Amino acid sequence: MKRLTGLLLLAVILLILPFLFPDNYYVTVVGVTALLHAVLAVSLNLLMGYAGQISLGHAAFFGIGAYTSAILTTRYGWDPWAAIMAGLALTGLVSFLVSRPILRLKGHYLAMATLGLGIIINIILVQGEQLTGGPDGLGGIPTLSLFGWAIDTDLRWYWAMGATMLGVVWLALNIIDSRSGRALRALHGSEVAAEMMGINTTAAKTGVFVLAALIASLAGALFCHQQSFISPDSFSFFFSIELVTMVVLGGMASTYGAVFGALILTFLPELLVVFEDFEVMIFGAILMLMMIFLPQGLFVGLQSFALRWLSRRRAAALHTAGD
Amino acid sequence: MFDQILQFLLTGITVGATYALVALGFAIIYNASDVVNFAQGEFVMMGAMSAIAMSAGDGLPIFLSLPLAVLVTIGVGILLQRFAIAPARGASVVTTIIITIGASIFLRGVALLLWGKSIFALPHFSGEQPIHIGKATLLPQNLWVMGGAALLVLGVHWFFNHTTHGKAILACSCNRTAAQLVGINVGMMMLIAYGLSAFLGAMAGILVTPITFTSYDAGVMLGLKGFSAAILGGFGNPMGAVAGGILLGLIESLAAGLISSGYKDAIGFIILLLVLFFRPSGLFGKATAERV
Repeated sequence: MKRLTGLLLLAVILLILPFLFPDNYYVTVVGVTALLHAVLAVSLNLLMGYAGQISLGHAAFFGIGAYTSAILTTRYGWDPWAAIMAGLALTGLVSFLVSRPILRLKGHYLAMATLGLGIIINIILVQGEQLTGGPDGLGGIPTLSLFGWAIDTDLRWYWAMGATMLGVVWLALNIIDSRSGRALRALHGSEVAAEMMGINTTAAKTGVFVLAALIASLAGALFCHQQSFISPDSFSFFFSIELVTMVVLGGMASTYGAVFGALILTFLPELLVVFEDFEVMIFGAILMLMMIFLPQGLFVGLQSFALRWLSRRRAAALHTAGD
Repeated sequence: MFDQILQFLLTGITVGATYALVALGFAIIYNASDVVNFAQGEFVMMGAMSAIAMSAGDGLPIFLSLPLAVLVTIGVGILLQRFAIAPARGASVVTTIIITIGASIFLRGVALLLWGKSIFALPHFSGEQPIHIGKATLLPQNLWVMGGAALLVLGVHWFFNHTTHGKAILACSCNRTAAQLVGINVGMMMLIAYGLSAFLGAMAGILVTPITFTSYDAGVMLGLKGFSAAILGGFGNPMGAVAGGILLGLIESLAAGLISSGYKDAIGFIILLLVLFFRPSGLFGKATAERV
C-alpha cells in the first residue's frame, strides 16, 4: 500500500491541474509532452536505473512504434488500434532480436552499440522515403478514439496521456518490487553474484530490454496519433540523449525521479526561451551544474536533503524537550 | 573501376585521419580519467571556428590565427577538466557522460552566440591545384590532413613512451593512488591530458576545415564518429583508436561510393555493431574479466 501513496498523489495532482488552470498552454500542450516524456523516462529507467544497462538509443523504439502506426494508418488504411498493436509486435521482435548480442556488451561498448542502433534506425527513417516520407516527414495521421470517444482536443489528450503515464508508473513500481525486479537489481550490483544466486541474468536483461522497448513503442504510437505529423527529427540521437538525461537528472533507480526529470527537461527549454540567443548555452550550463553538484539526481538529492532536514529538526526538538 | 576504388580509398583515408585524431583524443582522456568526453567533437569545431573568427576580415594573418586558435582550444580543454570534470570526481560513468554532454551543448551554445548558424571555411594551406594519381585526384589539402595526422599520431606515441610527463599520465591511468604516492602531480597530469586531447581536436579541425567546412554544430557528428572509431579499435588503446579511425573512414567512403551515400553512416555503424557482436571489446582491445 505504501508504494501506491506516491502514485495516488501523482493522480490527484494530474486531476486537479486542468481545473486550476483551464486552457493553459503549459498544462494541456507542454503538459502532454511532459507526460509523454515521463512515460519514456520511466521505461528507460527500468533498463538503466534498475538493471544498470545504459542505452543511448531508446528513441529508436519510440520511432519504430510511431512510424509503424503512422505508415499503417495513412498508407494502408488500418484501424489505429490494430496499427498500434502491429507497432508493438514489430518493436517486440526487433528488440528481442538485438537484445541478446547487445546486452552481452558492457559499459562503454554497450553505450556505443545502443547509440549505433539508434542512429541506424534514424537513418532508415530518413532514407526510406517511399514508406516514411523521408526527412519531410509523414502527415495526416488520424487521431485515436476510445469506445467512440474521439481523443481530438488538447484536454482529451491530456487525460489520455495522463492515464497512460499513471499506468506505466504503476507497472514499473510493481515490477521493481517483484521477483524479477529484485533479480534486476541484483544483476545491477554484480552479474556474477546474481548468477551464483540462481538468477538467469540473460533472461532478466532481455526481458527488461524488451519491456522498456515496448513501452517506448506504445508512447511513440500515442505520439504520432496525437501530433498527426511526425518527422525523423523527433527520433534522433539527440532525443535518446535527452531521455538519458531525464533519467539521470531525476535520479537513477527512482521511478518518481524519472517522472520528475522528464517534467524538468520538458519545461526548462520552454522557460529558457526568454533568453533567446543564450538559450542553448544556459541549458548546457544548467545540465553540467546539476550533474556536478547533485550527481545522484535532483529528485533523489532533494529527497535525501529533505529527510536530513526533517531528522535534524526532530533531533533538535528532542534536545529542547530533554532540557 | 580500379580508379574509382583508388579515389574512394584516398577520400576514405583523409576522412579516416580526422576520425583518428578525434578518436585519439577520446582514448587519451578515457585513459587518464575514465571519462568518455562527448565534448571531443566540439574541440574540433572550436579550433576551426576560432581560427576563422580571428582571421576574418582584416584580422590576423593565417600563420598567427592558427596557433592562437589551437591555444584557445587547449584553454577550453583545460577549463573543462578543471571546472566540470575535476569537481565531479568519483561520479558514476553515466553522470560524467551527462556532464560532458552538457559541456558539449554549452560549447555549441557559445559558438552559436558568437558566430551564428552560418557555414564557414578556412583557405586551403597550399593552393587548390588537384594532384592526379592515375585517374584519381587529390587536393593538396588532403595531403596536409594525412601528413599532419601521421605526425601528430607519431608525436603522441613518442610523448607517451619517451617523456616523463607522458609516462606519468600512463601511471595515473593505471593506478591513481599509486601514482600520487610516487610523487606524480595527478591533478596536473589530468590538465595535460585534457589539454593534449583538445590540441588534437583543434589540429584536426584546422587541417580538415578547408575541405569539409565547419559550423557551430559540426562537432556533433565528428564526436560520434570519433567515439565509434575509438570503440572499434578497442577503447583505451590509443593506437587502436587511430586504426579504428582510418578503418571507419575507409568503410564509409567505400560504402558511399559503392552502395549508397545516404546509407553510408548506417553501414559504418552496422559494421561497428557486427564487430562488437563478435569481439565485444573492439578489434585491438584487451578482453577483460569482471573482478568479483
